[in-house]
Amino acid sequence: MQLSEKYQLIRKLARDFAEKELTPEILDEVEDTGIFPVDIQKKMAEAGFYGIKVPVEYGGQGSDHLAYAITVEEIAKVSAVGSLYVNSPNSLGGMTILIAGTEKQKQKYLRPMVEGDLVIPFGLTEPGGGSDAGDMKTTAVPDGDYYILNGRKTFITMAPFADYSVIYANTGPRESGKTGITTFIVDMKLPGVSVGKEEEKLGLVGCATSDIILEDVRVHKDDIIGEIGEGFKDAMRSLDVGRLGVAAQSVGVAQACLDEAVKYSKERKQFGKYLWEHQGIGFMIADMATKVKAARELVYDAAVVKDTGGNSTLASAMAKYYASEICNEVAAKSLQIHGGYGFVRGFKIERLYRDCRVFTIYEGTSQVQQIVISNQLFGK
Amino acid sequence: MKIIVCVKQVPDTTEIKVDPVKGTLMRDGVPSILNPDDANALEAALKIKDEYPNTEVDVVSMGPQQASYVLRECLAMGADRAFLLSSMAFGGADTCSTSTTLAYGVNKIGEYDFIFAGRQAIDGDTAQVGPQLAQRLGLPIATYVQSIREIRENSVIVERQLEDGYEVLEVNRPCLLTAVKEMNEPRYMTIIGIEQAYKQEITVWDENDLDLDQNDCGLKASPTKVFRSFTPPPKGKGEMLSGTVTEMAHSLVAKLTEKHIL
Repeated sequence: MQLSEKYQLIRKLARDFAEKELTPEILDEVEDTGIFPVDIQKKMAEAGFYGIKVPVEYGGQGSDHLAYAITVEEIAKVSAVGSLYVNSPNSLGGMTILIAGTEKQKQKYLRPMVEGDLVIPFGLTEPGGGSDAGDMKTTAVPDGDYYILNGRKTFITMAPFADYSVIYANTGPRESGKTGITTFIVDMKLPGVSVGKEEEKLGLVGCATSDIILEDVRVHKDDIIGEIGEGFKDAMRSLDVGRLGVAAQSVGVAQACLDEAVKYSKERKQFGKYLWEHQGIGFMIADMATKVKAARELVYDAAVVKDTGGNSTLASAMAKYYASEICNEVAAKSLQIHGGYGFVRGFKIERLYRDCRVFTIYEGTSQVQQIVISNQLFGK
Repeated sequence: MKIIVCVKQVPDTTEIKVDPVKGTLMRDGVPSILNPDDANALEAALKIKDEYPNTEVDVVSMGPQQASYVLRECLAMGADRAFLLSSMAFGGADTCSTSTTLAYGVNKIGEYDFIFAGRQAIDGDTAQVGPQLAQRLGLPIATYVQSIREIRENSVIVERQLEDGYEVLEVNRPCLLTAVKEMNEPRYMTIIGIEQAYKQEITVWDENDLDLDQNDCGLKASPTKVFRSFTPPPKGKGEMLSGTVTEMAHSLVAKLTEKHIL
């Protein structure tokens, strides 16, 4: 896709930022300590990365999904975990409030979130159900002006340092399944809210993930987002955007893996020739480059579909499915080209390989994307 | 306060190709960027704007139509208005002719308290346009400014970088200051700034708009004739001597004698 000058300038901003702020030394430190520097988070918010497509009246930048995809891609190319910080307020937590929240809720939660002052994760997944999110065990029972929430959310990105959390809970009779799900925004300081132990993850080190446990938590009915019983639909709409974000992350990381492979095969000699001069390696890299290009086109197309009001569910699912799968493939091939060096700490490809593994899993596994795509095709 | 910042779009490469016949730079196919020192000049202006909210910062550039890209970058960083001096007649200008055109542009923009420019552009490396512009406008100038200490009623106190230190100067206003990279760290654009920059018009002026005679601009008004451009051959590696000081001194004298230098 030929990008207009405006998007080229947005890419320049994100690229300059990533290269200047997310230096190899800083990223090594993130890997060692598990902590992503707060000052870089603050700078990302100041540059507008947290509210790219959020309207200006809610503290956002008033741009669009294409700008969002380009920004996430460029940050992910340098640091996958860095792009997770950009993704979160723009997609899951932020989106739910944007599409279903009241004016007051948007000013109270969304504005400080995109300005970098509040962290609000997205609490949908439960220990018993990620892909089958409709089978929700967390309950919310009315009690006067309040709802009493009980249950457990799992794999919640940013939960350990969250200020609030979007929590989906079942308000209808259990048998009603999906139709009984309602969205709440829960203050993490409320009595009865606790977080589990931080998960030790394979990749994306530097952005803590844990369970959120809810034990008789009293949430006021003003903190319901959207209509009662409409939570599942709003969650799916938020995920459409989230998937675009993960697809863009995948393109960024895939491009980084490709770049590393190209660089290494121009440096490394075996049998008296540079690696790329061996046709087996040259063909591998040609294949990788083609797939990265195809994935990028799918992602930008999905973004434009979203910006122009087309069927973004189908486009986002296809982009997320393809980009995350080829990202893992390209990472594996790049690591293979690096040989033993790719298997040891210190080479960039080792981190990229670990970071991208979750891309085919979170915000809807590849198999869930296939379900979404086929349901769309068969009009289900 | 009103500040005008002069900026230039330059090729982003150290391997600039030179037209073998004309001896001028060949810009086709080379990615272009905002000249780094000019970004420092703009940042200095924006810092004043942060401090004095009524400040207006205008950016001006002489260049081809594509130079509007760096002007948008300046707007996205926080400049208020952008002016592009662009015409076929301005082509092939040396620093002398460029500063004439810029002076006409600045005068047409209007009143100002400061003009900022980068110390020099990374393509020509002359550092002449700033001082020449000050001369044409009859302004006091401080080059190599590394810090603005204080803005006074009718003057400004600046630190001017020297090779091994700096000097402190008081310069009457209005004046022209050229910025060095040590002066500040240019801010990032913002997404919203980019959005707004593309909703904004860039004012484009040619020689007629500036009331500038064709013979006073571009190649016609450029006394500099490029005689020959070439890439200097790389210096040899040099030879490292080893041993004790006495041994090395003997060896050095022997080698210099051998080459008939001594």
